[in-house]
Amino acid sequence: MDPIHQFQIQNLLTFGHIGGQEIAFTNSALFMLIAIAVIAALTIGATSSRALVPGRMQSVAEMSYEFVADTLRSSAGSEGMKFFPLVFSLFMFIVTVNVIGIIPYTFTVTSHIIITVSLALVVFLTVVVYGLYKHGLHFFKLFVPSGIPIYILPLVTFIEVLSFLSRPVSHSVRLFANMLAGHITLKVFGGFVVMLGGLGFLGSLGAILPLGMTVALTALELLVAFLQAYVFAILTCIYINDAIHPGH
Amino acid sequence: MDPQAAKMIGAGIACIGMGGAGVGVGTIFGHYLAAALRNPSAAQGQFGNLIFGFAVTEALGIFSLLIALLLLFAL
Repeated sequence: MDPIHQFQIQNLLTFGHIGGQEIAFTNSALFMLIAIAVIAALTIGATSSRALVPGRMQSVAEMSYEFVADTLRSSAGSEGMKFFPLVFSLFMFIVTVNVIGIIPYTFTVTSHIIITVSLALVVFLTVVVYGLYKHGLHFFKLFVPSGIPIYILPLVTFIEVLSFLSRPVSHSVRLFANMLAGHITLKVFGGFVVMLGGLGFLGSLGAILPLGMTVALTALELLVAFLQAYVFAILTCIYINDAIHPGH
Repeated sequence: MDPQAAKMIGAGIACIGMGGAGVGVGTIFGHYLAAALRNPSAAQGQFGNLIFGFAVTEALGIFSLLIALLLLFAL
Protein backbone atom coordinates (compact mmCIF):
# COMPACT_ATOMS: atom_id res chain seq x y z
CA MET A 1 0.00 0.00 0.00
CA ASP A 2 1.30 3.39 -0.94
CA PRO A 3 0.39 6.06 1.65
CA ILE A 4 1.04 8.84 -0.89
CA HIS A 5 -1.41 7.52 -3.46
CA GLN A 6 -4.36 9.32 -1.83
CA PHE A 7 -2.88 12.71 -2.75
CA GLN A 8 -2.73 12.00 -6.47
CA ILE A 9 -4.48 14.54 -8.67
CA GLN A 10 -6.64 12.90 -11.31
CA ASN A 11 -8.16 14.55 -14.31
CA LEU A 12 -11.90 14.10 -14.37
CA LEU A 13 -12.54 16.17 -17.50
CA THR A 14 -9.78 17.27 -19.85
CA PHE A 15 -10.59 20.44 -21.75
CA GLY A 16 -7.42 20.73 -23.85
CA HIS A 17 -3.85 21.94 -23.82
CA ILE A 18 -2.43 25.44 -23.62
CA GLY A 19 1.30 25.71 -24.28
CA GLY A 20 1.99 22.12 -23.29
CA GLN A 21 0.03 22.49 -20.04
CA GLU A 22 -3.03 20.37 -19.57
CA ILE A 23 -6.21 22.27 -18.70
CA ALA A 24 -8.48 19.90 -16.86
CA PHE A 25 -11.16 19.64 -14.22
CA THR A 26 -9.45 17.63 -11.47
CA ASN A 27 -10.62 15.88 -8.33
CA SER A 28 -9.05 18.76 -6.39
CA ALA A 29 -11.30 21.25 -8.18
CA LEU A 30 -14.29 18.96 -7.63
CA PHE A 31 -13.76 18.86 -3.87
CA MET A 32 -13.22 22.62 -3.73
CA LEU A 33 -16.56 23.07 -5.49
CA ILE A 34 -18.20 20.64 -3.05
CA ALA A 35 -16.79 22.67 -0.14
CA ILE A 36 -18.13 25.90 -1.64
CA ALA A 37 -21.53 24.27 -2.13
CA VAL A 38 -21.58 23.09 1.50
CA ILE A 39 -20.64 26.56 2.80
CA ALA A 40 -23.19 28.25 0.55
CA ALA A 41 -25.90 25.81 1.60
CA LEU A 42 -25.02 26.40 5.26
CA THR A 43 -24.91 30.17 5.18
CA ILE A 44 -27.68 30.89 2.67
CA GLY A 45 -29.95 28.08 3.84
CA ALA A 46 -29.49 28.95 7.51
CA THR A 47 -30.21 32.65 7.14
CA SER A 48 -33.19 32.31 4.79
CA SER A 49 -35.74 31.78 7.60
CA ARG A 50 -34.09 34.22 10.06
CA ALA A 51 -35.97 32.94 13.10
CA LEU A 52 -35.66 34.88 16.36
CA VAL A 53 -34.96 31.60 18.16
CA PRO A 54 -32.42 29.93 15.85
CA GLY A 55 -32.81 26.37 14.71
CA ARG A 56 -29.92 23.94 14.31
CA MET A 57 -28.64 25.19 10.96
CA GLN A 58 -29.02 28.83 11.91
CA SER A 59 -27.17 28.20 15.20
CA VAL A 60 -24.20 26.72 13.36
CA ALA A 61 -24.06 29.65 10.97
CA GLU A 62 -24.44 32.24 13.73
CA MET A 63 -21.86 30.53 15.95
CA SER A 64 -19.26 30.37 13.19
CA TYR A 65 -19.91 34.03 12.35
CA GLU A 66 -19.55 35.11 15.98
CA PHE A 67 -16.49 32.90 16.47
CA VAL A 68 -14.58 34.46 13.58
CA ALA A 69 -15.82 37.97 14.39
CA ASP A 70 -14.66 37.64 18.03
CA THR A 71 -11.24 36.38 16.96
CA LEU A 72 -10.80 39.24 14.51
CA ARG A 73 -12.11 41.90 16.90
CA SER A 74 -9.87 40.79 19.77
CA SER A 75 -6.67 40.69 17.72
CA ALA A 76 -7.13 43.47 15.13
CA GLY A 77 -9.61 45.78 16.85
CA SER A 78 -12.86 47.11 15.43
CA GLU A 79 -10.92 48.66 12.54
CA GLY A 80 -10.02 45.16 11.42
CA MET A 81 -13.67 44.26 10.90
CA LYS A 82 -13.47 45.54 7.32
CA PHE A 83 -11.40 42.43 6.64
CA PHE A 84 -14.07 40.17 8.11
CA PRO A 85 -15.24 38.80 4.71
CA LEU A 86 -11.67 37.71 3.89
CA VAL A 87 -11.03 36.02 7.22
CA PHE A 88 -14.47 34.38 7.35
CA SER A 89 -14.11 33.02 3.80
CA LEU A 90 -10.65 31.65 4.55
CA PHE A 91 -11.75 30.03 7.81
CA MET A 92 -14.91 28.46 6.41
CA PHE A 93 -13.16 27.23 3.26
CA ILE A 94 -10.26 25.64 5.13
CA VAL A 95 -12.36 24.06 7.86
CA THR A 96 -14.86 22.63 5.36
CA VAL A 97 -12.19 21.30 3.04
CA ASN A 98 -10.28 19.74 5.97
CA VAL A 99 -13.34 18.05 7.42
CA ILE A 100 -14.46 16.73 4.03
CA GLY A 101 -10.95 15.31 3.60
CA ILE A 102 -11.32 13.09 6.67
CA ILE A 103 -14.17 11.13 5.06
CA PRO A 104 -12.67 7.98 3.47
CA TYR A 105 -12.22 7.98 -0.34
CA THR A 106 -12.36 11.77 -0.51
CA PHE A 107 -9.56 14.10 -1.49
CA THR A 108 -7.97 16.62 0.89
CA VAL A 109 -7.52 19.84 -1.05
CA THR A 110 -5.31 21.47 1.61
CA SER A 111 -2.77 18.62 1.45
CA HIS A 112 -1.33 20.25 -1.68
CA ILE A 113 1.08 23.09 -1.04
CA ILE A 114 0.01 25.01 -4.14
CA ILE A 115 -3.42 25.58 -2.57
CA THR A 116 -2.12 26.68 0.83
CA VAL A 117 0.57 28.89 -0.72
CA SER A 118 -2.10 30.62 -2.80
CA LEU A 119 -4.19 31.26 0.31
CA ALA A 120 -1.18 32.47 2.31
CA LEU A 121 -0.02 34.77 -0.50
CA VAL A 122 -3.48 36.34 -0.67
CA VAL A 123 -3.12 37.20 3.01
CA PHE A 124 0.50 38.36 2.65
CA LEU A 125 -0.22 40.61 -0.34
CA THR A 126 -3.33 42.00 1.36
CA VAL A 127 -1.21 42.96 4.36
CA VAL A 128 1.57 44.56 2.27
CA VAL A 129 -0.74 46.41 -0.14
CA TYR A 130 -3.16 47.63 2.54
CA GLY A 131 -0.30 48.61 4.87
CA LEU A 132 1.42 50.67 2.17
CA TYR A 133 -1.89 52.18 1.02
CA LYS A 134 -2.96 53.15 4.54
CA HIS A 135 0.33 54.26 6.06
CA GLY A 136 2.63 54.88 3.11
CA LEU A 137 6.27 54.59 4.09
CA HIS A 138 5.31 54.56 7.78
CA PHE A 139 4.39 50.92 7.16
CA PHE A 140 8.11 50.11 7.35
CA LYS A 141 8.07 51.15 11.01
CA LEU A 142 6.88 47.56 11.42
CA PHE A 143 10.50 46.50 11.01
CA VAL A 144 11.96 49.07 13.40
CA PRO A 145 10.61 48.45 16.90
CA SER A 146 10.73 51.44 19.24
CA GLY A 147 12.69 51.38 22.49
CA ILE A 148 15.56 49.29 21.15
CA PRO A 149 19.16 50.47 21.85
CA ILE A 150 20.70 51.92 18.70
CA TYR A 151 23.66 49.49 18.56
CA ILE A 152 21.48 46.38 18.20
CA LEU A 153 18.82 48.07 16.06
CA PRO A 154 20.31 46.93 12.69
CA LEU A 155 20.33 43.33 13.88
CA VAL A 156 16.76 43.51 15.20
CA THR A 157 15.58 45.15 11.96
CA PHE A 158 17.26 42.43 9.93
CA ILE A 159 15.55 39.74 12.01
CA GLU A 160 12.18 41.52 11.73
CA VAL A 161 12.47 41.73 7.93
CA LEU A 162 13.48 38.08 7.74
CA SER A 163 10.60 36.97 9.95
CA PHE A 164 8.17 39.09 7.92
CA LEU A 165 9.34 37.48 4.69
CA SER A 166 9.15 33.96 6.09
CA ARG A 167 5.51 34.49 7.12
CA PRO A 168 3.90 33.20 3.93
CA VAL A 169 6.21 30.16 4.02
CA SER A 170 5.37 29.12 7.57
CA HIS A 171 1.72 30.15 7.14
CA SER A 172 1.24 27.82 4.20
CA VAL A 173 3.59 24.99 5.13
CA ARG A 174 1.95 24.61 8.56
CA LEU A 175 -1.48 23.86 7.12
CA PHE A 176 -0.15 21.74 4.27
CA ALA A 177 2.25 19.63 6.37
CA ASN A 178 -0.30 19.05 9.13
CA MET A 179 -2.88 17.73 6.71
CA LEU A 180 -0.31 15.70 4.77
CA ALA A 181 1.29 14.13 7.86
CA GLY A 182 -2.07 13.34 9.45
CA HIS A 183 -3.42 11.58 6.39
CA ILE A 184 -0.18 9.64 5.82
CA THR A 185 -0.28 8.45 9.45
CA LEU A 186 -3.89 7.31 9.03
CA LYS A 187 -2.99 5.39 5.86
CA VAL A 188 0.06 3.78 7.49
CA PHE A 189 -2.01 2.50 10.42
CA GLY A 190 -4.69 1.35 7.99
CA GLY A 191 -1.95 -0.54 6.14
CA PHE A 192 -1.00 -2.32 9.40
CA VAL A 193 -4.59 -3.58 9.72
CA VAL A 194 -4.49 -5.04 6.20
CA MET A 195 -1.05 -6.60 6.70
CA LEU A 196 -1.95 -8.24 10.03
CA GLY A 197 -5.34 -9.33 8.72
CA GLY A 198 -3.58 -11.30 6.00
CA LEU A 199 -1.75 -13.44 8.57
CA GLY A 200 -4.69 -15.67 9.54
CA PHE A 201 -6.71 -15.84 12.75
CA LEU A 202 -4.03 -14.68 15.22
CA GLY A 203 -3.11 -11.84 12.90
CA SER A 204 -6.72 -10.73 12.75
CA LEU A 205 -6.82 -10.61 16.55
CA GLY A 206 -3.68 -8.50 16.53
CA ALA A 207 -5.18 -6.21 13.88
CA ILE A 208 -7.68 -4.91 16.44
CA LEU A 209 -4.94 -2.75 17.99
CA PRO A 210 -4.07 -0.71 14.88
CA LEU A 211 -7.77 -0.56 14.01
CA GLY A 212 -8.51 1.10 17.36
CA MET A 213 -5.54 3.37 16.76
CA THR A 214 -6.97 4.38 13.39
CA VAL A 215 -10.30 5.29 14.99
CA ALA A 216 -8.52 7.34 17.67
CA LEU A 217 -6.35 9.04 15.05
CA THR A 218 -9.43 9.94 13.01
CA ALA A 219 -10.83 11.71 16.07
CA LEU A 220 -7.49 13.50 16.48
CA GLU A 221 -7.55 14.45 12.80
CA LEU A 222 -10.97 16.02 13.28
CA LEU A 223 -9.48 18.18 16.04
CA VAL A 224 -6.46 19.04 13.87
CA ALA A 225 -8.70 19.90 10.91
CA PHE A 226 -10.55 22.47 13.00
CA LEU A 227 -7.47 23.68 14.90
CA GLN A 228 -5.42 24.31 11.76
CA ALA A 229 -8.25 26.30 10.19
CA TYR A 230 -8.46 28.33 13.42
CA VAL A 231 -4.68 28.81 13.48
CA PHE A 232 -4.75 29.98 9.86
CA ALA A 233 -7.54 32.44 10.67
CA ILE A 234 -5.93 33.79 13.85
CA LEU A 235 -2.56 34.28 12.13
CA THR A 236 -4.38 36.11 9.34
CA CYS A 237 -5.94 38.37 11.99
CA ILE A 238 -2.55 39.04 13.59
CA TYR A 239 -0.93 39.87 10.24
CA ILE A 240 -3.82 42.17 9.36
CA ASN A 241 -3.35 43.88 12.72
CA ASP A 242 0.24 44.60 11.67
CA ALA A 243 -1.03 46.26 8.51
CA ILE A 244 -3.51 48.43 10.44
CA HIS A 245 -1.22 49.33 13.36
CA PRO A 246 2.37 49.02 12.09
CA GLY A 247 4.06 50.74 15.07
CA HIS A 248 4.93 48.25 17.77
CA MET B 1 27.17 4.97 0.41
CA ASP B 2 24.11 4.09 -1.59
CA PRO B 3 22.18 7.35 -2.22
CA GLN B 4 18.89 5.67 -1.31
CA ALA B 5 20.28 4.58 2.05
CA ALA B 6 21.73 8.05 2.65
CA LYS B 7 18.28 9.55 1.97
CA MET B 8 16.64 7.24 4.47
CA ILE B 9 19.25 8.05 7.14
CA GLY B 10 18.88 11.76 6.39
CA ALA B 11 15.11 11.56 6.75
CA GLY B 12 15.52 9.84 10.09
CA ILE B 13 17.97 12.46 11.31
CA ALA B 14 15.68 15.27 10.12
CA CYS B 15 12.89 13.90 12.33
CA ILE B 16 15.02 14.54 15.45
CA GLY B 17 14.19 18.22 15.00
CA MET B 18 10.58 17.47 15.84
CA GLY B 19 11.67 16.63 19.38
CA GLY B 20 12.50 20.30 19.93
CA ALA B 21 9.04 21.32 18.78
CA GLY B 22 7.61 18.71 21.13
CA VAL B 23 9.46 20.26 24.06
CA GLY B 24 8.27 23.72 23.02
CA VAL B 25 4.62 22.76 22.59
CA GLY B 26 4.70 20.91 25.90
CA THR B 27 6.14 23.97 27.63
CA ILE B 28 3.45 26.22 26.17
CA PHE B 29 0.52 24.01 27.15
CA GLY B 30 2.04 23.15 30.51
CA HIS B 31 2.52 26.77 31.46
CA TYR B 32 -0.93 27.65 30.16
CA LEU B 33 -2.48 24.93 32.30
CA ALA B 34 -0.48 25.95 35.39
CA ALA B 35 -1.52 29.57 34.95
CA ALA B 36 -5.12 28.63 34.18
CA LEU B 37 -5.38 26.65 37.42
CA ARG B 38 -4.08 29.60 39.40
CA ASN B 39 -6.49 32.05 37.81
CA PRO B 40 -9.23 30.20 35.93
CA SER B 41 -11.24 33.35 35.23
CA ALA B 42 -8.44 34.87 33.15
CA ALA B 43 -7.71 31.67 31.23
CA GLN B 44 -10.35 32.08 28.53
CA GLY B 45 -8.98 35.45 27.48
CA GLN B 46 -5.55 33.98 26.76
CA PHE B 47 -6.79 31.16 24.52
CA GLY B 48 -5.94 33.07 21.36
CA ASN B 49 -2.40 33.71 22.59
CA LEU B 50 -2.09 30.02 23.49
CA ILE B 51 -3.04 28.92 19.99
CA PHE B 52 -0.77 31.53 18.42
CA GLY B 53 2.23 30.38 20.46
CA PHE B 54 1.39 26.78 19.71
CA ALA B 55 1.20 27.50 15.98
CA VAL B 56 4.49 29.39 15.85
CA THR B 57 6.30 26.68 17.82
CA GLU B 58 4.76 23.84 15.90
CA ALA B 59 5.82 25.37 12.58
CA LEU B 60 9.47 24.62 13.34
CA GLY B 61 8.76 20.96 13.98
CA ILE B 62 6.69 20.85 10.82
CA PHE B 63 9.66 22.22 8.87
CA SER B 64 11.83 19.28 9.92
CA LEU B 65 9.01 16.88 9.08
CA LEU B 66 8.82 18.55 5.68
CA ILE B 67 12.53 17.93 5.11
CA ALA B 68 12.03 14.28 6.00
CA LEU B 69 9.07 13.98 3.60
CA LEU B 70 11.00 15.72 0.83
CA LEU B 71 13.93 13.33 1.29
CA LEU B 72 11.66 10.29 1.28
CA PHE B 73 9.29 11.12 -1.55
CA ALA B 74 10.25 14.18 -3.56
CA LEU B 75 14.04 14.39 -4.05
